Amino acid sequence: MTEKISFRNVVKTFPMKGADFTALDGVSLDIADREFVTVVGPSGCGKSTLLNMAAGLDEPTSGEVLVDGGTVTGPGPERGVIFQQYALFPWLTVRQNVEFGLRLAGLAADERRERSDHAIELVGLTDFADALPKTLSGGMKQRCAIARAYAVNPRVLLMDEPFGALDALTRVQLQDQLLDTWSRDKRTVMFITHDVDEAVYLASRVVVMAARPGRIHRVVDVALPYPRTEEIRLSPEFGRIRNEVWHSVYHQGGAPAAA
Amino acid sequence: MAVTTTSRKTPRKQAAQPRTRRTERRRGVHPLVLNFIALVAGVAVWAVLAALNVESLPGPVAVARQAGDLIADGTLADDLLASLRRVFTGFALGTALAIPVGFLMGWYPTARGLLEPYIQFFRTIPPLALIPLAIVLMGIGETPKVFVIFLAAFLSCVVAAFQGVVDVDRTLINAARVLGASDRVIFLKVVIPASTPFILVGMRIGLGAAWATVVAAELIAAQEGLGFRMQHAQTYYDLDTIFVGLITIGVLGLVMDRLLLLAERRLTGWQERR
Repeated sequence: MTEKISFRNVVKTFPMKGADFTALDGVSLDIADREFVTVVGPSGCGKSTLLNMAAGLDEPTSGEVLVDGGTVTGPGPERGVIFQQYALFPWLTVRQNVEFGLRLAGLAADERRERSDHAIELVGLTDFADALPKTLSGGMKQRCAIARAYAVNPRVLLMDEPFGALDALTRVQLQDQLLDTWSRDKRTVMFITHDVDEAVYLASRVVVMAARPGRIHRVVDVALPYPRTEEIRLSPEFGRIRNEVWHSVYHQGGAPAAA
Repeated sequence: MAVTTTSRKTPRKQAAQPRTRRTERRRGVHPLVLNFIALVAGVAVWAVLAALNVESLPGPVAVARQAGDLIADGTLADDLLASLRRVFTGFALGTALAIPVGFLMGWYPTARGLLEPYIQFFRTIPPLALIPLAIVLMGIGETPKVFVIFLAAFLSCVVAAFQGVVDVDRTLINAARVLGASDRVIFLKVVIPASTPFILVGMRIGLGAAWATVVAAELIAAQEGLGFRMQHAQTYYDLDTIFVGLITIGVLGLVMDRLLLLAERRLTGWQERR
């Protein structure tokens, strides 16, 4: 497989009084091109830190993070990031938010318009293109953030608990929508979540992390076909994988993982 | 000046905030009507006190007549313009300097470390306390007055601008960075709009401080202006003129505050209000 994102023996320590705190202790992980990988684990296992390193918002103390074979030295538009807190610019409309990255890329107005129209349509916000974020629901805000990330056409999508703040119903809808978009136009996705069901439903591989120090506990292959449907979600095979992942998250051997 | 601002809403705002409308309906009387009743009652009490000759207080009618005279001979307009010119010069200079300095302090820890001791120190000195020094150093012309007003506006506004930059949501900055924004773009497109609400609040406080300072500065050394006019009237025991001056100062202060509040609503309507 050609790996798109590679973590090579990544260590992250934070200086503390006395001994340093080890957030990540030698993490190695390869994510293939166009692969959908989810990362689950108890809080404090460093899963967000890992994602931030791929985004270029954080750097490892030692080890290396590679995207497309090159060491990550900072953020860049070829890696789209979706944050749990939506991070929409509240003074801009949906369209202006979506066009933010396109403006920075120096696109002409008509091309910007075309690309933003497409991205907004993709997430079903066409009727709200001129609305301010304050008038949108949480789910719509996150859809707008997804459109903003998609508009600049990144080859890698880094999603940090994007549906964590949404209600269960909206969450399922957005999961299906995300998979739908992904299967039509495959990109490499690294998706952080604390929801085991979500992790299994979306991914072809689930990376289970352990805390103190943060490390990879297990990698579970999800041998379920795409497109994922409600049928798959309710199938015994899904249940089996879900239980396996659940077990490795909540019973990591030795001390029970603190939530 | 800033105290009365939240209670009154423009009709458009009320439509957007059903809760406010409901409370009003329950109370039954529109707040503007209550405001008007209070105004009439206040003038009536004043008239009664004046009629009873308490402390030889001038009545509303006498004050209104005096106001008419002062308007007719142009004195009031001249004084008003003199005071306003000072306020706006000082306020404009103060905020023009406060915004970049506040941004510098918020953005660069070095600038903050170097400037903050001075700003915090001078903030504890009422600008009026600097008038004697300003007069000795700058004479009795316009300069010392504009200077203390400038200082009052600057000190109120700089802290707000600085706080605005410090409080910008980190995720917004990160969101801009991952979309490819440089530091310059982040500053122009994220930090400035995100801190606008803070700056506008700072400007309102700054304008209040400037207005309070101008009148006092004119009391000390001036040839025209509302403060001077009242000071002058004091020597002649001209209570009517003093009342006209006071009312003018109050009304004008209120009008200026409302105008800034209107600007604030316009510029920061995107904010989620909780």
